[in-house]
Amino acid sequence: MSAASSSSRSSDVLLLWSLRGCAALVGGIVLLIVAFLVLESLPALRHIGLTAFFTDPSWHPAEGLYNFTPMLWGTLFAMSGAVLVATPLGVLSAIFCHYYAPPLLAAAYRRVIELLAGIPSVVYGLWGLISLVPLINDWQPPGTSLLAGIVVLTVMILPTIALMADAALAAVPPAYLSGAAALGLSRWATIRGVVLPAARSGLFTGVILETGRAIGETMAVLMVCGNVVQTPQSLFDPMRTLTANIALEMSYALGDHRSALFVSGLLLMATIIALTISAEIISKERPHD
Amino acid sequence: MIDRRSRIADALATLLVWSSVLLVTAIFVWLLADVVWHGAPRLSWSFLTSPPQRAGRAGGIGPILVSTGLILLVCLTVSLPLGLGTAILLAEFTPTDNVFGRLVRRSLDVLAGVPSIVFGLFGNAFFCITLGLGFSILSGGLTLACMVLPILIRSIEEGFRAAPNEYRMGAAALGLSRTATLWHVLLPSALPGVIVGMVLGLGRAIAETAALVFTSGYVDRMPESLMDSGRALSIHIFDLSMNQSGGAPNAYATALVLVLLLLVINGVASWLAQRWLHRRIVH
Repeated sequence: MSAASSSSRSSDVLLLWSLRGCAALVGGIVLLIVAFLVLESLPALRHIGLTAFFTDPSWHPAEGLYNFTPMLWGTLFAMSGAVLVATPLGVLSAIFCHYYAPPLLAAAYRRVIELLAGIPSVVYGLWGLISLVPLINDWQPPGTSLLAGIVVLTVMILPTIALMADAALAAVPPAYLSGAAALGLSRWATIRGVVLPAARSGLFTGVILETGRAIGETMAVLMVCGNVVQTPQSLFDPMRTLTANIALEMSYALGDHRSALFVSGLLLMATIIALTISAEIISKERPHD
Repeated sequence: MIDRRSRIADALATLLVWSSVLLVTAIFVWLLADVVWHGAPRLSWSFLTSPPQRAGRAGGIGPILVSTGLILLVCLTVSLPLGLGTAILLAEFTPTDNVFGRLVRRSLDVLAGVPSIVFGLFGNAFFCITLGLGFSILSGGLTLACMVLPILIRSIEEGFRAAPNEYRMGAAALGLSRTATLWHVLLPSALPGVIVGMVLGLGRAIAETAALVFTSGYVDRMPESLMDSGRALSIHIFDLSMNQSGGAPNAYATALVLVLLLLVINGVASWLAQRWLHRRIVH
């Protein structure tokens, strides 16, 4: 009896420590990623210096010129355009599922959103390149443009905000709705005055998550934006995002050039960490508790 | 007066809601129809089995399917045990206020948001160069394993949390060790969560492109070992549509294969999740 229990206890200890080993390894991946990004960035930071990435006259790595700003603007414009369009669409989608659609239709529409979330970015890119870009080209050449990027990105990040908003609306206490009904509020007045404020923190978290997705998306924007290194002056100008720049140039970049690409990766990573932390802070605030 | 204005606002809102839903559905149908319309004519058994010719413009995707399968196999073989171990620790052995548990959770939250291109940079620097694996199926699979861990762990953890507490107490009352409880009682009960997590992770991995470009590479020959470079389906689509003029028809056919695979994966996941949910309600 005592022998059996001591052997089972030692197997428990072994189990616990191997589980801890797994978790430490998994938890360490993020640190490893940051460490490698920093390590690979160091040569560029040492030779080129951080300010040169913003003050050099242009992005011509072969001539030692490493100005990120056109790509930063590209990423910023594409991201903000997509977030501005996708947020209302996604929130309205969630409102539809909760307050407008009959249950079967709501379930079907949720499936559509889930499927949109699962479609690979390269398929969005293919659709954008072959179907969308020619349409824009007929209207405002050359077609590969900031606009094409915004449209494709919007469709890609829409499921993120729609599903987050869906969850946020589901968490609104039913008593609020009964209260609004008792006051005789119309459907829209209830949504605007009661539901949306109560779901605020969930909605904000959704916006932050979709922003992160929009910043990090690579292949689809690479395929439809034209990839000219310039700050876009209009919606119809071709442009290049920071992520597309990495994907395009990593295959042949050497030395400081390669290292500069890692600096932009580090920049992306820092942005994502900041977004994740702010999402966490916001989701901890529960205004309706 | 106010009543009339609010009625107009209500009608406008209804219009807005329905039109945005129609717009989203229309885009979804357009996208799907586009892929099916362009892709279906080329799809055949020989397309799935024969090797690509003329850089993929002609021929099929046989070796590419094999490479994709191998990359996914490496990804799951590595991520499943790690994910299972971490999820068990978080769900069964860690109180919510535990510092180590919170650190791991937070790092998983960050990991879930890391852009795939950053995984590509990391995989290239760490697996390909530092560990000396080069452009290979192994490097690509390992990079994807890092990527799918958050989604995998979340699902498995939910599976364990769904196991009723009576199971644990019953096992403890019988004097079972925690290892035996885990193995004979909790793991079988959490199995649906494990499978859903695997399927979701598979879906995320098979859709990935940017993380594979500089890790598993572009070579479209039949791989002979895990150390060979192998081209995944998504990279094949990317290369055909961007770098090969006249590659679009085969790019679409490959995209159709990829979308069909994803539909199957998605269908299996939601079927399992639903069955599982049903069982929990019946309990």
